[in-house]
Amino acid sequence: MGLFSKLINGLGKTRQRLGDSIRRVLSLHPRIDDTLWSQLEEALISADAGVATTAALLAALKEKLKHQPVESDNVAEGVRLLLEETIEEMITPAIGNGLNLSATPAVLLIVGVNGSGKTTSIAKLTRHFQQQGRKVLLAAADTFRAAASEQLITWGDRLGVQVISQKPGADPAAVAFDAFQAAKARAYDLLIVDTAGRLHNKDNLMQELNKIGRVLKKIDSSAPHEVFLVLDANTGQNMIQQARVFQEISGVTGLVLAKLDGTARGGAVISVCRELSIPLRFIGLGEKPEDLAAFDPREFARGLFEAPEEKA
Amino acid sequence: MFDQLTQSFETFFRNLRGHGKLTEDNIKDSLREVRRILLESDVNFKVVKDFINNVQEKAAGQEVLRSITPGQQVIKIIHDELVRLLGEGFSRLDLSGMPPVPIMVVGLQGSGKTTLIAKLGLHLRRKGKFPLLAAADVYRPAAIDQLQQLGRQLDLPVWAPGVKDPVDICSGAMSEARRTTRDVVLLDTAGRLHIDEPMMQELERIRDTLKPPEILYIADGMAGQDAVRAASEFLERLDFTGIVLTKLDGDAKGGAALSIRAVTGKPIRFIGTGEKPDALEEFHPDRMASRILGMGDIVSLVEKAQESVDQETAEKFARKVARAEFDLDDFLEQLRQLKKMGPLDEILGMIPGLGKQMKGMQVDERDMKRTEAIICSMTPQERHKPGMINGSRRRRIAMGSGTRVQDVNQLLNQYEQIRNMMKRMGKMKGRTGGQFPFPMPKS
Ligand SMILES: Nc1nc2c(ncn2[C@@H]2O[C@H](COP(=O)(O)OP(=O)(O)OP(=O)(O)O)[C@@H](O)[C@H]2O)c(=O)[nH]1
Ligand SMILES: Nc1nc2c(ncn2[C@@H]2O[C@H](COP(=O)(O)OP(=O)(O)O)[C@@H](O)[C@H]2O)c(=O)[nH]1
Ligand SMILES: [Mg+2]
Ligand SMILES: [Mg+2]
Repeated sequence: MGLFSKLINGLGKTRQRLGDSIRRVLSLHPRIDDTLWSQLEEALISADAGVATTAALLAALKEKLKHQPVESDNVAEGVRLLLEETIEEMITPAIGNGLNLSATPAVLLIVGVNGSGKTTSIAKLTRHFQQQGRKVLLAAADTFRAAASEQLITWGDRLGVQVISQKPGADPAAVAFDAFQAAKARAYDLLIVDTAGRLHNKDNLMQELNKIGRVLKKIDSSAPHEVFLVLDANTGQNMIQQARVFQEISGVTGLVLAKLDGTARGGAVISVCRELSIPLRFIGLGEKPEDLAAFDPREFARGLFEAPEEKA
Repeated sequence: MFDQLTQSFETFFRNLRGHGKLTEDNIKDSLREVRRILLESDVNFKVVKDFINNVQEKAAGQEVLRSITPGQQVIKIIHDELVRLLGEGFSRLDLSGMPPVPIMVVGLQGSGKTTLIAKLGLHLRRKGKFPLLAAADVYRPAAIDQLQQLGRQLDLPVWAPGVKDPVDICSGAMSEARRTTRDVVLLDTAGRLHIDEPMMQELERIRDTLKPPEILYIADGMAGQDAVRAASEFLERLDFTGIVLTKLDGDAKGGAALSIRAVTGKPIRFIGTGEKPDALEEFHPDRMASRILGMGDIVSLVEKAQESVDQETAEKFARKVARAEFDLDDFLEQLRQLKKMGPLDEILGMIPGLGKQMKGMQVDERDMKRTEAIICSMTPQERHKPGMINGSRRRRIAMGSGTRVQDVNQLLNQYEQIRNMMKRMGKMKGRTGGQFPFPMPKS
């Protein structure tokens, strides 16, 4: 059982106030009729799947039902399973191949909007790659937000990895450059670069990101080898625009969906996968370094219809 | 903010106004469109449902169908419904208690609490208060450092005693405030999930110990459907008194804002429009409704102008707008003035009817520099009568300013657009009623 399903099934007593799980609501429904369709629509929209993607999913589901009738004794359950399958198919093409981190040192650049969970995800990824036996170095290229480098350094201390940092306000590209040189000189396997949160509609800040990429290329033209965009599962339809712009400016190669341990289901990411086919690599399930799981389309699809219960 | 929502509504209203007669059927169709707009703007599913039902009920009334301008009637109903959702009137922070008055700041992880504390500290000091900031996030690495650094930047004292228990930190901050005669204590708490029972209990303990008259719930302006659930849970546990929406400098449609307000019934007190400590605005719901509906927000604009420009300049601007007497020197001057007021596209979004035209006319800092260079390379006559700038003049200006002819063309087009718009606005003002479906909101 994956960490994700553990979270969804485990954790403490049920709290009715949080609302009945969609799954339960659906299971009370014996027939395929308009009411069932509008409940499915509500379930998808409430999970942030968005109007267009919801329509596309339901159309695909209807098509499926034509060829694949569900058992009559448990119609709603059957329909739900079929819908989960449809969602899975929509996000699976975005699984992608293995990570392109075989270079030594390889560079993994972390980008995203303010507060999405970048720095915490770096702590999680660091642990993940350490467990694979890799020697990790961190670069504190968020020189803007107050105490951003202190935050990364604290994680570095806890995880026993070095952090390259400079004074607040320093040029983030210079931090990344220095760190890459240090990684090369000291034979690290992997450099993970933390960047300041920025809203994708701020041109100047996006150009700054672009510069970090250019400067890294001066040392190794294939760097950064991976660029992860960290998305917040609480984000609504704006997630798609975020992904578009970050993809365009910094060539995002993978997604991390953080904060899936809350009640938000992160359904907007379906549209991101559908439209941009960027592989979703990891999901974040808490604030500790171990709260990271590989993305699993099936579990994700299942999770859309059930919110986790209270944390005890 | 709310730009996209505004745009969707603008298109929708244009279509609606086009309708000669409304039938119940085409009202239904229009409302389906409204529903789609709202859902795509992240307004909560249930809120949308209620909204549509209410509008439908009111629109179904005989009066609307028989009225001469049924389209505008529907628009008015939608506007009123929106105002109802956003709440009416501006509501100030309640700082009336015996000083020091504690204000508690709560919310999900990464929503912008610590930044808001700094912004609020600055805001209150400007209003003559003496705030103390209290660092009660003992969980997130370097969270205390973050607040201390912000305090240092703003020259505001920060209470960070190095103890582990957030309740102790908060009550310690109160004693410290008494000792040092600070009259407001801003409590920065750790971000937490509404389903995290021990963490929610911690907030209840802080509240029970300090009994703050104000508890602000900080919500991310980019949030989606679940925003309502998180907010409702915080409301149930803490009965917070106000809402702050952050990151509204982004291009999110901001529908979660409406939903949280509608579902919790608590007023939105402030909006955050940037990472810097001065990017905080008071929230005026009635103005916002008009802004969402694409009618601009002259009141906010004038106030902004008063804050950063002297009265006379603001009035001169208003007169020029009205008369469309506006040459390139004014254009440049206005751009400079506007820049002082804050993020440009936001300011321009406040001018009625400008919302749409401004699309694709993004004015960022680099554009500003280019614009300045171009205008400075013109002769005084050219600036005064831009009509005389022919092809060869354009080439000369481009050369002189180190830009391309396209840039010069673009600038002249922009200028022309703005001037035309101003002409139209000037006319509108002259006619009673004008093209506005109903009077501009006053506050
Ligand atoms: N519950 C939960 N909280 C998370 C998760 N990931 C990050 N957080 C929290 O979200 C908040 C913001 O996380 P950061 O990692 O600092 O986010 P960031 O993107 O680096 O933020 P900025 O650098 O300020 O833009 C912190 O309080 C984290 O503890 C997650 O998967 N689940
Ligand atoms: N663009 C923008 N960023 C903001 C705003 N408010 C906060 N932030 C950023 O959001 C991130 C998280 O903010 P922080 O105050 O640390 O959140 P907290 O975890 O709730 O205390 C930081 O990068 C802030 O700079 C805002 O109004 N606009
Ligand atoms: Mg960070
Ligand atoms: Mg904080």
